[in-house]
Amino acid sequence: MATAFSATLPLHGSSQEIVLASPPDCLLLLLSSDPPVLSPFADSTRSISSISCRCPGNCQGEETHQSLLITKEEGLVLYEDMILGRSFEDMCAQMYYRGKMFGFVHLYNGQEAVSTGFIKLLTKSDSVVSTYRDHVHALSKGVSARAVMSELFGKVTGCCRGQGGSMHMFSKEHNMLGGFAFIGEGIPVATGAAFTSKYKREVLKQDCDDVTVAFFGDGTCNNGQFYECLNMAALYKLPIIFVVENNLWAIGMSHLRSTSDPEIWKKGPAFGMPGVHVDGMDVLKVREVAKEAVTRARRGEGPTLVECETYRFRGHSLADPDELRDAAEKAKYAARDPITALKKYLIENKLANEGELKTIEKKIDDLVEEAVEFADASPQPGRSQLLENVFADPKGFGIGPDGRYRCEDPKFTEGTAQV
Amino acid sequence: MAARIHGGAGAGAATALSTFNPKKLVAPSRTNLPAARSSKRCIVAAAGSDASKSLRVGHSQKLIANAAVATKAETSATTGTGHELLLFEALQEGLEEEMDRDPHVCVMGEDVGHYGGSYKVTKGLADKFGDLRVLDTPICENAFTGMGIGAAMTGLRPVIEGMNMGFLLLAFNQISNNCGMLHYTSGGQFTIPVVIRGPGGVGRQLGAEHSQRLESYFQSIPGIQMVACSTPYNAKGLMKAAIRSENPVILFEHVLLYNLKEKIPDEEYICNLEEAEMVRPGEHITILTYSRMRYHVMQAAKTLVNKGYDPEVIDIRSLKPFDLYTIGNSVKKTHRVLIVEECMRTGGIGASLTAAINENFHDYLDAPVMCLSSQDVPTPYAGTLEEWTVVQPAQIVTAVEQLCQ
Repeated sequence: MATAFSATLPLHGSSQEIVLASPPDCLLLLLSSDPPVLSPFADSTRSISSISCRCPGNCQGEETHQSLLITKEEGLVLYEDMILGRSFEDMCAQMYYRGKMFGFVHLYNGQEAVSTGFIKLLTKSDSVVSTYRDHVHALSKGVSARAVMSELFGKVTGCCRGQGGSMHMFSKEHNMLGGFAFIGEGIPVATGAAFTSKYKREVLKQDCDDVTVAFFGDGTCNNGQFYECLNMAALYKLPIIFVVENNLWAIGMSHLRSTSDPEIWKKGPAFGMPGVHVDGMDVLKVREVAKEAVTRARRGEGPTLVECETYRFRGHSLADPDELRDAAEKAKYAARDPITALKKYLIENKLANEGELKTIEKKIDDLVEEAVEFADASPQPGRSQLLENVFADPKGFGIGPDGRYRCEDPKFTEGTAQV
Repeated sequence: MAARIHGGAGAGAATALSTFNPKKLVAPSRTNLPAARSSKRCIVAAAGSDASKSLRVGHSQKLIANAAVATKAETSATTGTGHELLLFEALQEGLEEEMDRDPHVCVMGEDVGHYGGSYKVTKGLADKFGDLRVLDTPICENAFTGMGIGAAMTGLRPVIEGMNMGFLLLAFNQISNNCGMLHYTSGGQFTIPVVIRGPGGVGRQLGAEHSQRLESYFQSIPGIQMVACSTPYNAKGLMKAAIRSENPVILFEHVLLYNLKEKIPDEEYICNLEEAEMVRPGEHITILTYSRMRYHVMQAAKTLVNKGYDPEVIDIRSLKPFDLYTIGNSVKKTHRVLIVEECMRTGGIGASLTAAINENFHDYLDAPVMCLSSQDVPTPYAGTLEEWTVVQPAQIVTAVEQLCQ
């Protein structure tokens, strides 16, 4: 169906003049309190809940009929993905307190709508780059729960052989490009992945329309790397979507206390790309915005900056006592739990019944339990793994005093040689 | 065209030791022992003579006759032909050949495209390969280095140029955290075949910030390799080897060496990234050096030869990892080591090398390892002060005399 997304308005803040196309069966987005706009990029999409159709001649006169944003299959996929994210993270917390994983573990509870909303639109060859809060991004992208849990337990069967840990979830197969511990570090890497996509198309003449989605937080938006990459992405028209998961807090630093202009979406147009603000607690709204942004990128029209207003129900990490955040604020966002919201939408719109959703929840519970069992049963890495993977070409360890490359010495790879 | 790996500036098979000539000695020392003893200790691997299946390094180094020292490297006499060019042209030739060979090789950096590179290393490449393959980036080292790393992870082979090595300090986050680490933290899933290159070193009164030597800062980063070129021959060879390597490689060039002229072979060749280069074989003392200091050493060597010394000069080339085989063989032969480097005294390459030699070859040393490095000062602007910051040939001569007493 032709949607409003093929018609566009002058982008907010940008100087681009865009021709208004009018497809025959035009569907308009109805904002509940604002005048109708044709594109989510024109203004805040906070109030979108459905698309209303006004088809002169095709419909029953003036009557607006509700057209749902998703089909049943799509709804169930989204629901399952969000339940997986939530259950997995809850299990992580349990395992952490039982001493099965250590270090810094950053949980994603409450933000599932952003991950599911974006990543479920991507193909396997599209890339995702994340931060330390990356378990759910990896799961949404297709990395198995077993692999992620094993990685968290530090076992050989983990997606990174136990060498990365919570903050470094990588998967070549699923094009999950990490997992970065320092904020902002992944954004240039994402820009590079998008550059490769453009290079493949324009230099190597391959049929490539892969996009890259970079996830990062509100704190990162005060970091130089963010701005440098916004500039380059817009300059080279790279197929990348910058997704800001604005959960209002950078550990204990409120976004409002650290940012001169807290409206992050406005920073996009300053660099020549659309900036969109969306309610990150509503997976359907996020998905609608994501569709447009991904389509833009695939068509070669360049990057988009999407600010998702979201919230993390837990502390910054499992070590964070989370004392600074106001209980009232937490309650307000808890009432907007994205999973509850989607469940309500599915049931009210007769896309699914309680029984089906419960089945999904049970399935996921079993999956996560199985993942824990698998991770528990997996072996720890052996000594010989210590020096593997330092270099792709192990000749990089150099030539030893005996004239042989060190990597040729079996004792070296065992870790028992004198280095 | 098949590439041949050459171990040094002069190609050829390494043969037996030069004959031991007691007349060359200045004073009695342990080296004044019967030749039998020293030859037992010295292991010189001739290329192809090793029957073992292990990956033994083929040292194809021609022993340059112990005559007066040449200030520029002797070139290969294998084919007789060759073409003469300057060092920056050699780098460009190597880069262009690799870009012709593999369409995934691309260049990114400031002013590399239309401007041709601030030291002309990428001159003409943008016209030939296009603006995307030779990408003019905005001034954001951290971001474009990271972009290169992301591109490398997803299939390209970028050559990232730092207009001056010092600017790469701004990219340290990406170089240390991502370039070095991601192959490991991803459990080996992603390779990062980038080459990070650029001119560094003390120039002619360029001021403190443009005269930095970052070898020492980068050397601890696990997962990267570092090489330093010093002649047009090894510049081209190392550039090609670095681009072909699956590891991230940092190629250090020197601002003052770009106009060195040398004749290099017409046929394709690459240099081994992990090997050191024998510049001048000798008997009395091993002088280890790299980059520009090689020329100060060779200048000092002329004086030393006139004074009756016989220094062995090795250009270590591979700053990380060290070629402990070539270095070790030399130490076992001469028993004295002098390191001459332009790096800072504290925590520099020389410091690491001293530690490595002491650890591995302590028994073979007749004297403590001496290291001549730059002074630990921000390079001053004034010409006289700048001269005293780096090691000069006269200091090298004095040091050798001191060590050989």
